Amino acid sequence: MLRRILSNDMPRSRWLALLLILLVLGLAFAPFLVPGVKAMNVAAKIVIFIVLVASFDLLLGYTGIVSFAHTMFFGIGAYGVAIASTTMGPGWVSLAAGMGWAIALSCLLAFVIGLFSLRVRAMFFAMITLAVGSAFASLASQLSDLTGGEDGLTFSVPAIISPGFEFGKPLFGVALDGRLICYYLIFGLALLQVLAMLRIVNSPFGRVLQAIRDNEFRAEAIGYPVIVYRTMAAVLSALFACLAGGMLALWLRYNGPDTSLSMEIMVDVLLIVVIGGMGTIYGAAIGATIFIIAQNYLQDLLAVVDKTSGSLPGVASVLSPDRWLLWLGLLFVLSVYFFPTGIVGTLRDTPERKH
Amino acid sequence: MTETEIQSPTSPRARFVRPIEFDMRPMLLIPAIALLALPLVGSPSTWLTLTLAGLAMGMIIFITASGLTLVFGLMDVLNFGHGLFIAFGAYVAGTVLAPLVAWTSSAELWRNLVALGCAMVAAMVAAAALGAAFERLIVRPVYGNHLKQILITMGGGIIGEELIKIIWGPTQIPLPLPEALRGAISFGDASLSRYRILAVCIGFVVFAALAWTLNRTKVGLLVRAGVQDREMVEALGYRIGRLFVGVFVAGSALAGLGGVMWGLFQQNLIPQMGLQVNVLIFIVIIIGGLGSTTGALTGALLVGLVVNYVGFLFPALTQFSSIGLLVAVLLWRPQGIYPVVGR
Repeated sequence: MLRRILSNDMPRSRWLALLLILLVLGLAFAPFLVPGVKAMNVAAKIVIFIVLVASFDLLLGYTGIVSFAHTMFFGIGAYGVAIASTTMGPGWVSLAAGMGWAIALSCLLAFVIGLFSLRVRAMFFAMITLAVGSAFASLASQLSDLTGGEDGLTFSVPAIISPGFEFGKPLFGVALDGRLICYYLIFGLALLQVLAMLRIVNSPFGRVLQAIRDNEFRAEAIGYPVIVYRTMAAVLSALFACLAGGMLALWLRYNGPDTSLSMEIMVDVLLIVVIGGMGTIYGAAIGATIFIIAQNYLQDLLAVVDKTSGSLPGVASVLSPDRWLLWLGLLFVLSVYFFPTGIVGTLRDTPERKH
Repeated sequence: MTETEIQSPTSPRARFVRPIEFDMRPMLLIPAIALLALPLVGSPSTWLTLTLAGLAMGMIIFITASGLTLVFGLMDVLNFGHGLFIAFGAYVAGTVLAPLVAWTSSAELWRNLVALGCAMVAAMVAAAALGAAFERLIVRPVYGNHLKQILITMGGGIIGEELIKIIWGPTQIPLPLPEALRGAISFGDASLSRYRILAVCIGFVVFAALAWTLNRTKVGLLVRAGVQDREMVEALGYRIGRLFVGVFVAGSALAGLGGVMWGLFQQNLIPQMGLQVNVLIFIVIIIGGLGSTTGALTGALLVGLVVNYVGFLFPALTQFSSIGLLVAVLLWRPQGIYPVVGR
């Protein structure tokens, strides 16, 4: 049963299995385990990023192509929900319509970009997505009538998942309100999507993707059209990124260029995939959890260190929370060198004691 | 490298050897696009202004792109951190120009040019040093692995951008043009800013120097041979690794020079400028055909012209104009307009 749900892709490491169980249970009961607005936001962000990063891993880890426009699809999903909810008014219909348009646009864009660039060389994909992604980000800030420009869009969601809706007395000190329903809605959707991605990568189709990653020439020689498979991987990855974007907008009830389109998110996603372990969906899950927690709580720590070391000139600017990306970049480069299989790969490689 | 290529001299690879007669068609695209834009723009004087501005911008892009395309052609390394050298060069130039304010604000052209020359030399030296360090620390361990190259050089670029923020601060820094280079010269109704004339001159000097080095010197011969067939050059006893480091460093220096030109063109410096220019450069070298210097020049001029025309005619579409051009070119020649490398 479990084997079927996980598409026969068992963790294959006791520690990894333990981590994953902890992760799923922790996220499932997060609102009750760590009550509070900030904790709940962190939990929701983890859930959303797991989907986003896993969708990126579909490309980077499984197919071996790099996209720098992944946040574009994330942003399209988020803007789809935001724009539809603003123009058509809050409601499930507008959510569905916004998501539908966003998915159609994402898939079309991914298809066109993939077909154009992958036809020549997989490396072109990285360069062209970088160009298209940055052009799209500036387009989104320019079209301020539609997207709200730099300010973004704040909108309302259907009543049942908005904070004002209460359906019972507080349980274990946690208010039973629309936010809780929204969290579990996102959690359920994300779980379904992660399982769907697991299914995809462990299907015959996923095998072909990995074959292309390992030896493109041989895969083509066996009779798999490499371009078709790579383009399909790009479209699928865009689809899931778009869904993740929709969930983000639904949770935040806001979307702007910095929350979903910025280059920083792209860098975060790259880093999470590399740290978690390229080529495993589980790596995305574990990497995203560690990263988001570190991002939200380690930056506070950095701020404390920064204050205490504030008297030393030079040290202060290096340790300030604004320079967070510097440390991430170093970590990123070092992990590509010394840690190429990431956390999950390392855990799986460790031989287990036989009983 | 497959065995068949080594076995038979008439391998598919022979297709990629540069044809004897020079292919003029991509070059003719430049006047063709300019002429096509004439009726759309309407007034000839505006058209002339836009064309000259576009060519100047193209020259600046070419200066920065030439190093990247050679590095790729020679060693199959795609450097996503190339923008770092651009930003670094520009910031160093800003630092050098700041104390020379008496010279830059003087109305005499020669004083301006001397100050600017100092800044450019400093920027090139600094960017070259950074390039050497970057090659050693970031690129060397990942030769031959495209995926890791992309990730690592991108990571290196991000670290560099943060270091720039630490050294020079995260906010925008103004980089005013020297006094005598401000303003414009008018020909009848058309006007051309003085700085752009200088940019075109420097661009031609760089292109001439590159063309001379590549076509008339032994080093250039080796570089060109290495671009076409690296293993053969190595088999003949030349250390292509050293040659590559040289090209990488020279390319970084050119990027530094390009950064100065770009910074003065924009008249301000932001830490993110490297990535912004990088996007444009990638488009240019894909259009030109990865590894081709002539292609990079043609591509840069095409992009400069198209961006300027579209920016005037349909301002909202500026961001996508270069991408549109790229798509059109790839439909025509999927390997770029001057395909060199058969990889």
